[in-house]
Amino acid sequence: MTLQASTRTAIERARDRYPRARSAILPALWAVQHEQGLITPDAMTEIAGILEVTPSDVEAVSTFYSMYFQHPHGRHEVIVCINVSCALRGAEEIVDHLERSLGCASGETTADGAFTWSSTVECLGGCGGAPTMQVDHHFQENLTPERVDQILGALRSQPTPHEDGVPATTGPAPTEPKGAASGAETTDATSPLETPKEPEQSAITGPGLKKRPRRPGKAAQ
Amino acid sequence: MAEYKLLTKDFGADALQTLKGYERLGGYQGLRDAFKKFTPETLVAEVKTSNIRGRGGAGFPTGMKWSFLPKDVFPRYLCCNADESEPGCFKDRYLIDESPHQLIEGLLIASYALQVNTSFIYIRGEYHDQRLLLERAVEEARAAGYIGKNILGSGFDCDVIVHGGAGAYICGEETALIESLEGLRGQPRLKPPFPAVKGLYGQPTVVNNVETLCNMPHIVQRGGEWFKSIGTEKSAGTRVFCASGHINRPGNYEMRLGTPIRELLDEECGGIWRGRSLKAFQPGGGSMQVLMPQHLDLPLDMNAVQEAGSSLGAGAMIFMDETTCLVDVSMRLVDFYRHESCGKCVPCREGTYFESELMHRLESGLATQAELASLADICSNMDGRCFCPLGDTATWFVMSAYKNFRDEFEAHCGAGRCPVRAQATALVA
Repeated sequence: MTLQASTRTAIERARDRYPRARSAILPALWAVQHEQGLITPDAMTEIAGILEVTPSDVEAVSTFYSMYFQHPHGRHEVIVCINVSCALRGAEEIVDHLERSLGCASGETTADGAFTWSSTVECLGGCGGAPTMQVDHHFQENLTPERVDQILGALRSQPTPHEDGVPATTGPAPTEPKGAASGAETTDATSPLETPKEPEQSAITGPGLKKRPRRPGKAAQ
Repeated sequence: MAEYKLLTKDFGADALQTLKGYERLGGYQGLRDAFKKFTPETLVAEVKTSNIRGRGGAGFPTGMKWSFLPKDVFPRYLCCNADESEPGCFKDRYLIDESPHQLIEGLLIASYALQVNTSFIYIRGEYHDQRLLLERAVEEARAAGYIGKNILGSGFDCDVIVHGGAGAYICGEETALIESLEGLRGQPRLKPPFPAVKGLYGQPTVVNNVETLCNMPHIVQRGGEWFKSIGTEKSAGTRVFCASGHINRPGNYEMRLGTPIRELLDEECGGIWRGRSLKAFQPGGGSMQVLMPQHLDLPLDMNAVQEAGSSLGAGAMIFMDETTCLVDVSMRLVDFYRHESCGKCVPCREGTYFESELMHRLESGLATQAELASLADICSNMDGRCFCPLGDTATWFVMSAYKNFRDEFEAHCGAGRCPVRAQATALVA
């Protein structure tokens, strides 16, 4: 998929702002992800062209940082903190509730393509309002299962917001998630958008061990 | 109330996030004073006089850090470290949310002192709204002539670039932050050369925490001597403490350094919740060693807490009540370090893996006594042997918890479940 002109302009502007063009790789990846919802090999090649680096330079960066996705996600991103401060104030209850109410495991996407949710050990910095989650980059604090239902209920039918929080007019279609048209099988537990299992996700298993799936994109180090 | 408000004095004031609102309360007067009263050299000396120590965790004296820059090597760079990701820490987010211009003013004052013409604010990817807020504030400041060429007619030029990270705790380590700013994977660099000599793009570079820079407008306006008079001899000024966990009022509280920890807990945080008692607390964020209730009388002083075997670190206080399982807390922290290990060095990459596997088995009551005994061995092969402090700190909490709560750790061995949680459930029921 070719980048939109506005995204290319944003990348060129970032390139010209920094003392060295390569510094614009992170902002460029953000611009692409906000436009397309993920980072594809084609987009990385385009970024490389604009910044005069190699595509592998861009890929090395995009796979290091956990917030860039190499696979399609749902229209809304839900990240729940399970680090100490949130855990002390009931993060497990929120995680269990999301698993039940969204019908999929951490790291997966709901069958209707509305939400990709994951629990993360990476402290979100919302400890004062624990338990905390971020929905489409915005903090939601002092969560209870009821509040989670309210927040997600209001978003379920909404399109992906733009970077500034205003609903998008382009980007992933609200009703037809990517991949659905390709005839991928849908079951109750998985969705067409489910990310392929990455090796690290199964690292903490074994008898009796709690499975704590990692956020996608972090494993390829 | 025990709070002493310096940085947070005007927080909550009408439209403080906007340039107009900030200026109405005397904003950017510190920058004017810096140009009027100081040369770059005398300004560095004033900051040295203030005795301010870095607020990011290590507590290195800021003035000394500034004076390490080699003379006559340009360009130089200043990076504000807003990659706040320490478990339990949320003060930088608060400082930015409430008053983005205070940070920008501090950054500009520091840039003038260091003769830096391009400064960066590296903000973590999760702080998306804060990044947008800062970007808007930078544009406002630029339009008003505080950023750009010949700032306020001083002849000093400075540009400010807000750079968003994308989810990597390690980028809070200064050399990893620099790598990330250069458009690379955020992995730490070998020191020396230190960033002061060869940092960003191979040039002299200073990396300062958000809160450190937010102090600059106040130091400039009221002087280093005045600043030094607040707090203790070794820990001058105030700090914004992030209180979280089992307390009645979690939040950010700015305290004069030297105040007893108990005042923070009892007067500001409203004590331990649900009428319970304190079991343990972490005074400096996820990386720091656990302290016990008897340590509540320690002053909020970097040296005093260090002598007690822990550290004020990034100022995050996590309080845990009597129902808390320290094995569970240790497991979560170890999981965090495993997730955040950048993979560059073996002791950290492999060590956090072994630690995490062991702690999961222990938490679910499956580990044997022999396995538990290997914990100290794993940790001693990490602490002091890793490339950067991430791997070292991955052992500090778990080892201190093991030392202080040995019975609790041992009771998990072969128990088939978490004995503390079972007891707590019975207690609540």
